[in-house]
Amino acid sequence: MALIVVDVMPKAEILDPQGKAVTRALSRLGHGAVGDVRVGKRFELQVDGPVTDALLAEVRQVADDVLANTVIEDVVDIHVVDEAAQGASL
Amino acid sequence: MRVGVITFPGTLDDRDAQRAVRLAGHEPVALWHGEHDLHGVDALVLPGGFSYGDYLRCGAIAARSPIMTEVVDAAERGMPVLGICNGFQMLTEARLLPGGLVRNQTGVFVRRDQVLRVERTSTDWTNRFADGQEIVIPLKNGEGRFVATPDEVARIEGEGLVVFRYVGDDPNGSVDAIAGLADAKGNVVGLMPHPEHAVELGFGPTTTRMKAGLDGLDIFKSALERIAA
Repeated sequence: MALIVVDVMPKAEILDPQGKAVTRALSRLGHGAVGDVRVGKRFELQVDGPVTDALLAEVRQVADDVLANTVIEDVVDIHVVDEAAQGASL
Repeated sequence: MRVGVITFPGTLDDRDAQRAVRLAGHEPVALWHGEHDLHGVDALVLPGGFSYGDYLRCGAIAARSPIMTEVVDAAERGMPVLGICNGFQMLTEARLLPGGLVRNQTGVFVRRDQVLRVERTSTDWTNRFADGQEIVIPLKNGEGRFVATPDEVARIEGEGLVVFRYVGDDPNGSVDAIAGLADAKGNVVGLMPHPEHAVELGFGPTTTRMKAGLDGLDIFKSALERIAA
């Protein structure tokens, strides 16, 4: 079993009010080193079979068509997490 | 004339929209999101609410409902389609209207009687208004802030797609105070405020008299006059 992770962020040119609120909170808490925060979304897609190129292409399609609204968001990363390897390292 | 009002899981204002259609003098037809059938209606209303709990993005899951295939086909053929609040969000998610709607700039849910300026009367839903007319329509949303990339905003303004703009303080922080949009043909219109809540004396927004605002009724009558013509 593998996990395919899709990261989605609001487009850079569109103001992210959630990120602005977090930025202000961090500043108030004394973390002046943090200049700006942007908040996005992480989707974890669990797949039972092998991760083939065809499956990754399908996930890319789903990410662009459903998981993100590419009018206002960008799919910034898609990567595979090997759960067996991750379990071994824990 | 028969006007379909589509109910999605989490829709709130479908009955109000049906009542508005009836008060405008026509027959509302209840439609269900899971069907592939518009039951021969002449126009469509996508009402407000919180479909699928606003999960993923507002209107995103509902915009991928079975009936939306028929809605997109009908819209492209020129059928009048009105999206109110969550329905507006669905129309942007279905790419029938440009841009998108995100959380209000202030981060809070806003409920108030809102003054709007009618910027475009050459649509199926605003042809009873005068250009520049100010109307009062109740507004109630947490994610009504219209956004688009600068290039897209320039196109929207250049092509005159803005139908309604907020007058005075912008409640959502929308780009260019945009409250509602149409497509180029003018049969598809979406807006965040709720015209179905301004159709009956005693239950509307407060204008010159308490709860007396009826400006929403003209929106529902507009499309029906266009169909009848």
